[in-house]
Amino acid sequence: MKKVRVTTAILTMAFLSLTAMSCRDTKKVEGHQDDSMMEHDNSMMDHNDSIMDHDSSMLNNDTMDTSNTMMDSNMQNTDAKQVVADYMAVKDALVATNKDAAAKAGNKMVSTLKGFDVSSYTAEQQKELKDIITDAKEHAEHIGKSEMDHQREHFKSLSKDMMDMVAITGTDATLYQQFCPMYDRGSAWLSMEKDIKNPYYGSKMMTCGNVQKEIKSTM
Amino acid sequence: MKIFKIIAWLFLFAFVAIQFFPTERNQNSVVPNTDFLLVNNPPQNISAILQESCYDCHSNNTGYPWYNKIQPAAWFLEDHVKHGKGELNFNTWDELSDRRKRSKLKAIINQVKDAEMPLYSYTLMHRNAILSDSDKSTLENYMYSLIDTIE
Repeated sequence: MKKVRVTTAILTMAFLSLTAMSCRDTKKVEGHQDDSMMEHDNSMMDHNDSIMDHDSSMLNNDTMDTSNTMMDSNMQNTDAKQVVADYMAVKDALVATNKDAAAKAGNKMVSTLKGFDVSSYTAEQQKELKDIITDAKEHAEHIGKSEMDHQREHFKSLSKDMMDMVAITGTDATLYQQFCPMYDRGSAWLSMEKDIKNPYYGSKMMTCGNVQKEIKSTM
Repeated sequence: MKIFKIIAWLFLFAFVAIQFFPTERNQNSVVPNTDFLLVNNPPQNISAILQESCYDCHSNNTGYPWYNKIQPAAWFLEDHVKHGKGELNFNTWDELSDRRKRSKLKAIINQVKDAEMPLYSYTLMHRNAILSDSDKSTLENYMYSLIDTIE
């Protein structure tokens, strides 16, 4: 028993001396800016270009034949279409109040968004799309790792991103923009069906909401 | 008894050894002009709440507690600050697009409302950082008012 006491005493002394000793200044490293900062700088620089491009692209759109835009909207599909499909999977999981399915769909959406090729769009559209993608990716990531409540909170912002994305990319299926006035001061979402199935409340208030807008297929 | 002694010495050795691993310190004297408080110029009570309860992990300048001198506490803090800044850095607020700002504002509102932030492990040691119900609603109303200016 004596030995134990001796060991404990040694431990305590060592701990105390270390605490005193370790009051050294760890090297000061300049707070590293995160990558987003770097990205941001780039996008700021792009910004000016895109404004200039904007004018010319407007001209292009006006003067060039519509087949060009047709081609663009056809090309858009694989990525944008998949994003919308992933979003619908998230929405359906939330309607069913299924956290795991929503998380899985959210993670799937993250990988689709990561591979989104925006090169077929005008410079101005690209800038807007990149912004949407960055934002949507964050929300999808959170849906992939959160509890139901958080998933729904992020779904609201994600829905806004999707509406703005579809406004640029168009859609090959008719979409319905629906609105529930009760959730978080009023929240909208997109659906493929006209019937209301509320993703913010699920079975608690399945039919709460109304159709705000019909987004016609651009195909 | 011998086993106990060996284990104790091993622990001691490990404890000593990890003290020699340096950690990054998140400290800067300059506040960039993209800072949330500089850009939005909120009322005094709002800036006080944000600085007291949020800025330690969500800015480029952390007010470190004494136990940051000891490992493994320093690692724990380093990780939190890094993660916190990755999610939201108030110092670089104005670098965000309107869309990103809106998302971050919503996230702030929700995190505070759901009592996810400030972290429990943080308020455990920083009792002043605990948000009262009135703090929460003040903050929430202010953040909603900012969202309205963006939309």
